[in-house]
Amino acid sequence: MKLTTISFIVCLFLYWSNHNFYDVYSQQDELKESIKRGIEIYNDFCVTCHSPDGKGVENLYPPLANSDYLLNNRKESIRGIKFGQEGKITVNGKVYDSKMDPPGLADDEIADVMNYITNSWGNKNDQIVTVEEVSEIKK
Amino acid sequence: MKTYIILLSATLLTIFACAQQLESEVKAEDPVNLTYSTELVVPDLNIPWGMAFLPDNSILITEKSGELIHFKDGVKSNVNGVPDIYVRGQGGFLDLKLHPDYETNGWIYMSFGSSSGEGDGGNTTVMRAKLVDNTLVEKEILYKAEPNSKKGQHWGSRIEFDDEGYLYFSVGDRGNRDVNPQDITRDCGKIYRLHDDGRIPEDNPFVNSDNAKAAIFSYGHRNPQGMVKNPFTGAIWVNEHGPRGGDEINVVEKGKNYGWPVISYGINYNGTTFTDITEKEGMEQPLFYWVPSIAPSGMAIVSSEAYPDWKANVLVGSLKFQYLERLILENNVVVKREKLFEGIGRLRDVIQAPDGFIYMAVEGKGIYRIVN
Repeated sequence: MKLTTISFIVCLFLYWSNHNFYDVYSQQDELKESIKRGIEIYNDFCVTCHSPDGKGVENLYPPLANSDYLLNNRKESIRGIKFGQEGKITVNGKVYDSKMDPPGLADDEIADVMNYITNSWGNKNDQIVTVEEVSEIKK
Repeated sequence: MKTYIILLSATLLTIFACAQQLESEVKAEDPVNLTYSTELVVPDLNIPWGMAFLPDNSILITEKSGELIHFKDGVKSNVNGVPDIYVRGQGGFLDLKLHPDYETNGWIYMSFGSSSGEGDGGNTTVMRAKLVDNTLVEKEILYKAEPNSKKGQHWGSRIEFDDEGYLYFSVGDRGNRDVNPQDITRDCGKIYRLHDDGRIPEDNPFVNSDNAKAAIFSYGHRNPQGMVKNPFTGAIWVNEHGPRGGDEINVVEKGKNYGWPVISYGINYNGTTFTDITEKEGMEQPLFYWVPSIAPSGMAIVSSEAYPDWKANVLVGSLKFQYLERLILENNVVVKREKLFEGIGRLRDVIQAPDGFIYMAVEGKGIYRIVN
């Protein structure tokens, strides 16, 4: 009886760890692919103002590189890309008040570009932005 | 040892100098004794891309997001019957222009992104229509650039008429730099010329070229977002966005190649180069180039008596630096540049209206008039 219980627990553990391992692995793969697509979107829709190094333009367009706003305001950032950004925001201690027009991206494109910008220029985000997450963000 | 240092410095200097861009010779300065100021005429607009003044002094305004606004007696109303607008990246509802004989025929010309036709995405389209009871009627599509593209970049698009009544408009390279602008069998990266009803003029430069898009008037353009008939010469002037540096003013001539991207004063956004040359035989030099870029949009050439000291000056909106640039020319050479109303906001369009005043459309703000 004891043996059965132990083997059951071991099996369960193995299953759990394996499952988890598989999940993490596939998610990282997904993230990589999403970032790759995100680069294309960034270079088409965002680079003009936010610049190739993500540093933006001083006093005009806020930086994405090492941006506290971007990493601490995930939902707001997605909303900004989806519906446009308006009003004052504080990024790394500086106030920006430029309007950003909604770029007209589909939800999957927004997820891709979010995954790129939150994993570039010193930013790190292990929790992949998914299409579902973007689709749930409302105006 | 000393020789080595000199030699090394000389080498380094040469390498460094080669990677440097040639800055505009004439720099933009702060104005001295500016006697004009701005007055907000139409408040609360998002991205007013184009504007046109009707004979009753009311104003039609395109909002890039797809609305057409009629501002009359201090009240805004949305015009009905607006076409389906494909809003993506820099594309949306773009320019507006009245026919030179608007009072007789009522035609209004407009450009916008449209996803009609085959393939995903959209491309720049020019339409004309009439405004009756606050509704667009008799809509006729005059030109639709092909193919559709999901790229967000470079739609152009400004509309202008010359003294002979020809209709001109611009379409940018649609983010396909290495394919579109130099190929006259393809749309995009071009200035087009049509009759006012959309027919292609028989003396257009490429009507007899194999497979060419016969509506093309000039090619090798990147993204012209300013276009005006020079009131003194009748010539069509454009300004166009460069990449990083290399914005240009060009005087458009029939069948000419303006060089993009074979020759350019600009470099890629990431600092790498895409061409080593700034001039080539068979390709036109710009009348003026901006390094660094100001991101020019809208263009007016002052002829009005309201601004005697600005006569024949070229006014260009700067999206990037958020000012109105005044360029003073002598014999078609820019000799002085001024930054006016710095900090006004992203300046999308500037025109001299029939009332003689200069109006500016500013993103996130509205429409301003320049007054004494």
